[in-house]
Order: sequence, then structure tokens, then C-alpha cells
Amino acid sequence: MADLRVNIAGVEFKNPVIAASGTYGFGECYTDLYPLSKLGGISCKGSTIEPKDGNPPSRIAETPSGILNSIGLQNPGIKAFINYYLPTLLKSDTAVIANVAGATLDDYAKACELLDQTDVHMIELNISCPNVKQGGAAWGISCDGAAAVTRAVRKATKKPLMVKLTPNVTDISEIAKAVEAEGADCVSVINTLLGMKIDINTRRPILHNNVGGLSGPAVFPVALRMVWQVARAVKIPVVGMGGISKAEDAIEMFLAGASALQMGTAIFTDPYSPLKVIDGIEEFMDNNGIRNISEMVGQVKPW
Amino acid sequence: MYFCDKYRIVEKKAIASDIYSYIIKCPEVAGIVQSGQFVNISASGHTLRRPISVCDFDRENGLIRIVFEIRGEGTREISRLREGDYIDMIAPLGRGFSFLDDAKHVALIGGGIGVPPLLSIAKHYGEKAQAVLGFKSFDKVILANDFAEYGADVTICTDDGSSGFKGNVLPCFENVLNNEKLDIIYVCGPLPMIRAISEIAEQKAIPCQVSLEERMGCGVGACIACVCKVKRRDKEMFVRVCKDGPVFNSKEVIF
Ligand SMILES: Cc1cc2nc3c(=O)[nH]c(=O)nc-3n(C[C@H](O)[C@H](O)[C@H](O)COP(=O)(O)OP(=O)(O)OC[C@H]3O[C@@H](n4cnc5c(N)ncnc54)[C@H](O)[C@@H]3O)c2cc1C
Ligand SMILES: Cc1cc2nc3c(=O)[nH]c(=O)nc-3n(C[C@H](O)[C@H](O)[C@H](O)COP(=O)(O)O)c2cc1C
Ligand code: FES
Repeated sequence: MADLRVNIAGVEFKNPVIAASGTYGFGECYTDLYPLSKLGGISCKGSTIEPKDGNPPSRIAETPSGILNSIGLQNPGIKAFINYYLPTLLKSDTAVIANVAGATLDDYAKACELLDQTDVHMIELNISCPNVKQGGAAWGISCDGAAAVTRAVRKATKKPLMVKLTPNVTDISEIAKAVEAEGADCVSVINTLLGMKIDINTRRPILHNNVGGLSGPAVFPVALRMVWQVARAVKIPVVGMGGISKAEDAIEMFLAGASALQMGTAIFTDPYSPLKVIDGIEEFMDNNGIRNISEMVGQVKPW
Repeated sequence: MYFCDKYRIVEKKAIASDIYSYIIKCPEVAGIVQSGQFVNISASGHTLRRPISVCDFDRENGLIRIVFEIRGEGTREISRLREGDYIDMIAPLGRGFSFLDDAKHVALIGGGIGVPPLLSIAKHYGEKAQAVLGFKSFDKVILANDFAEYGADVTICTDDGSSGFKGNVLPCFENVLNNEKLDIIYVCGPLPMIRAISEIAEQKAIPCQVSLEERMGCGVGACIACVCKVKRRDKEMFVRVCKDGPVFNSKEVIF
């Protein structure tokens, strides 16, 4: 019998499949179908220190084998997350990851200070949201920016810290090394790729924000490549995501170096897909005499 | 409460140019569905599901009916399903219409593919309902007989005058307004139409419920993709069409 448990930065996940931030809300929307306890964990919708309205609609568009989104981080604020959603989540028998975004270093640090007082299991830093200070760029696109956020947050909390990297950079492994050096306990790879879609009749972009983040099966090969590059560059665990929709994708991610996974867009297509992936991983392991996920991690044999 | 499963299409009919009616056997859904709720249908080869309103339902026989138009690749894919095939859907979703117990006169204003969700309201109110239904042209006219069979008084308008009155629904709606003291108005269709009817309803202080459309991701409230702007407690905010709607009180919507 395969053992699906994984331990990432001291946090125990009963299986390696985690719902990706922004696609699963605060875990309350899918319980009609199955309990949260079936998942290894949930990364909650990104929270900011103050509530945020998000972007005007339309916020989503379909593209070949994927989607573009420009939600704009609409969320009720970190305090509402802690007071209202977190208590229920912590009773749901799954690992709970708070996802934090911010405009300034201070925003990140303050939000993480508040989370430090809670029983949340892990904090995921989203460092690919607009950085007001530097004029609309993103913290995550430079080693200095990524290092600065990680440093500020590391001072604010002792919680296991996962830094989520953006793929919209020239060399993602350099960014990964920068956050590792500042004390990140693990990294998650990847956030969405910037994309665009235009309605040829109205000549308007479908997204009111003009551009948005690409996710879904279309990005899987890019995500896999980046997981591989990052896993070779750092010693801390890598949580892989981007386009995973079936168990075979999951196995590829492990082989490339991911110790656990997140799934997002595939849930929109089929809400049961995380459970199917969990079952498929177990079947693959049983069929191949693999006892632990760790036996697969990074075991690709590159030419 | 909603379900996600594959259900059998027991009847498929082409009811107008590029418009199909499916009757689907799904007792668990039919048992709880409310007028104005929708289903989110998987379209083979597509990442996102397609939201389609529940047009009618029959709790006793465990059936729901949907009516949809081919608008693009996703709805075309769904239209390829045949009688006897299984349709993969998440249902029932959203907040539907609410009914007034003591209403004597209600108006149902529908435009094009916004007409189907109004049918089950007609069924509820029977002869108290006046339906004004607008379409592009005669080959797009749908459900007129179904509304009449449920007892509604039906007026048809077409943009080109090829069926019923020529022009949009507004003049015919104003006619209804002048003849009856309306207790409530229900609207679904293109945004300019919804906006115009809502304004009139507000002026005349008649309650008005509108069913809105927005592009959706999850369809169940998790991703906050499908928002519209409303004013609640003097604050403007984005709320989810899939979970907080698709039916809203027209007074709170900021168009
Ligand atoms: C709550 C609700 C109820 C609806 N009820 C009905 C109905 O009863 N009958 C009917 O014919 N149509 C209905 N629609 C509209 C229907 O969902 C769209 O026509 C359909 O999604 C178009 O898909 P497509 O692949 O054919 O078009 P494409 O334009 O190729 O679709 C591309 C993407 O945009 C989305 N999209 C395009 N138009 C719309 C739209 N108007 N609203 C929401 N998403 C859209 C699609 O879902 C898809 O994700 C409803 C929409 C909503 C939101
Ligand atoms: C609608 C939507 C909202 C998202 N919101 C967030 C967010 O708030 N914070 C974050 O870190 N990532 C967010 N993401 C990115 C996902 O967590 C994930 O990194 C990305 O979608 C790639 O995985 P996938 O292809 O499995 O969806 C969002 C993605 C989508 C589709
Ligand atoms: S479509 Fe996801 S919240 Fe409405």
C-alpha cells in the first residue's frame, strides 16, 4: 500500500494534492460534493491587510486549453479571514495555508504578524501582485524584490513560509535562490503567466483589465520546466502547480522535483479532479511498487 | 445544495434557428431547483463550463428543461449531444427568483435567449402573468406557446417586425404598464433592456427582479470571477453572479 503522506517544512499533508489559491475560495464552496478532509490541504484565496474590491468585470476568459483571469485580488481582508473563515477551516481536518498578498513590505509583514497569532498551518506569500511603490511592477520579478519581501515576512512570523514564484521572469531559479537565502521554508511554482484575449468583433480585450493570468493545461509544460529548474537550484521543497489536471501530470511534477502539488483551474472543469488525481497517484504507486511520494521526487533521468 | 453528475437527456428538440431544448432526467436536481437558478454544463474539449438557466422543471417526474442558443464553440459542442446521451452538469446553482404571494398582476419581460428562465415564473403565476417577449426575427422566436399554455398573456415583438410587433419590448411593456397595476416585474435579456425596464420600475416604484449574466469560472462562488456591482448598506461592492445572483433586486444593481 502506497503512503500518500508528505511533509513539507514540518507541515503534514495527508496526501500531496492541495487546492490552489484563488480557485477554492475559503473551502466553503465545494463541500456539497466532498469534504475538505479529502484534500491534502487548501491554499486560501489571497488576503491583503485591508479588504480589496478587485477589478471590474469581465474577469475571466477561456483560451485554448486554459483560462485567463484578472480577479484583482478581491478579498475581505486578513482580519475577516482570521476571524470568520479560519476557525471553520481549522476544524476541517486538512492542512490550511493562508495566502498573503500586499502592495508594500509593511502590508506583507503586518498581515503575517496577524497570522502568526493564529493556528494556521502555513503561510504562502504571493509576490506576483502589483507593487505600488515601484510603479506597477511586481515584487516577484526581481531577486532584490523577492528577497526583500521574504526578509520582511521572515521577521514577522515563525510559521512555515512558502513563497509563490511568478513565471513572468527571465530566470526563475535565481529568484528561488534569493528567497531561500532569506529564510523561505519552501517555494510554490508557478503563479499564472501574463496573457491576453481580444474579441475581434468589438476589438475589445475580453478582460476589462486588458491582460490577465493564464492557467490550466496550456501552461503545464512551462510549469513543469520551471519546477525542474527550481528544484535543481534550491534545497528547500518545491510545491508544483500550473495546469495539473490528471494523475500523469502529477507524477511528472514529482519526477521533475515537486514534493507536493496544487491544483486550480482543473477544478473548474471537473470539481472532482483533485480526488481523481489522488486516486491516480495511489494507483500508479501501487502498480510500480512505490511506497512513498519521496521515492519519485526529482527522479527524472535527464539526458 | 448542488450536485455534479452526468444526467440523461430524455428529449432533444431544435425549437428555432440554432436554439435547442433539452429535457434532462435528474431527480435530485429537479427535487430542489428553484425558478431562475442555472446549471453549469461541461462542454467537451473546453476548460470552462457553460452556464445555462433552468427554463422549467417537473419535480414529480424528476425532470428539468433547458433552452439554449449556439453562441460559440462551447454551446455548439453542447448542441452536439443527442437524445439518450449524458450531459455533465453542476446543478442547481445560484439564487433564483422569489414570488409574491398576493400578486394580482405580474409582468415578465424577456429578450432573446433571456426568455427561457422566465417560463417557470409564468407557470407559477398562471393567468396573472403578462409576458412581453422580444426577439431579433421570427426564426428566433421561442417558447411563446409554452408561456400561453401556462396561462400567461403573451405579446411578441421582433426587431424586424417579421413576427408580432415591430421594435423592441419597451413600447409593448409600457402598454402593459398603462393597462394594469403591476405588483412585480421580472426581467431577463440584453443589458440595455434590463437597464431600461429597471429604470421604469424604479420610477413607478414597482418591485423588479433581474437575472444577470457574467463570464464564470467555477460557477459555485469560489473564484469571484463572475461579479456585478451592487449597492448594499450604502456601499458599492462587487458580488458574485453565480452565488449571490444571478437574480438581483433591480434597485441594488449598479448598471
Ligand atoms: C446565469 C446565466 C444563465 C444563462 N442562461 C442561458 C440560457 O438559458 N440560454 C442560453 O442560450 N444562454 C444562457 N446564458 C448565456 C450562455 O452562458 C452563453 O451564451 C455561453 O456561455 C456561450 O458559450 P460559447 O462557448 O457558445 O460562446 P463563447 O463566446 O465562445 O464563450 C467563451 C467564454 O465566454 C463565456 N460567455 C460567453 N458569453 C457569455 C454570456 N452571455 N454569459 C456568460 N458567459 C458567457 C463562455 O461561458 C465561455 O467561457 C446564460 C448565462 C448566464 C451567466
Ligand atoms: C481565478 C483564479 C484566481 C487566482 N487567485 C490567486 C490568488 O489570490 N493568489 C495566488 O497566489 N494565486 C492565485 N491564482 C493562481 C493559482 O493559484 C495557480 O497558481 C495558477 O492558477 C496555476 O495553477 P492551475 O493551472 O492549476 O490553475 C489564481 C488563479 C485563478 C485561475
Ligand atoms: S464563477 Fe466563480 S465565483 Fe462565480
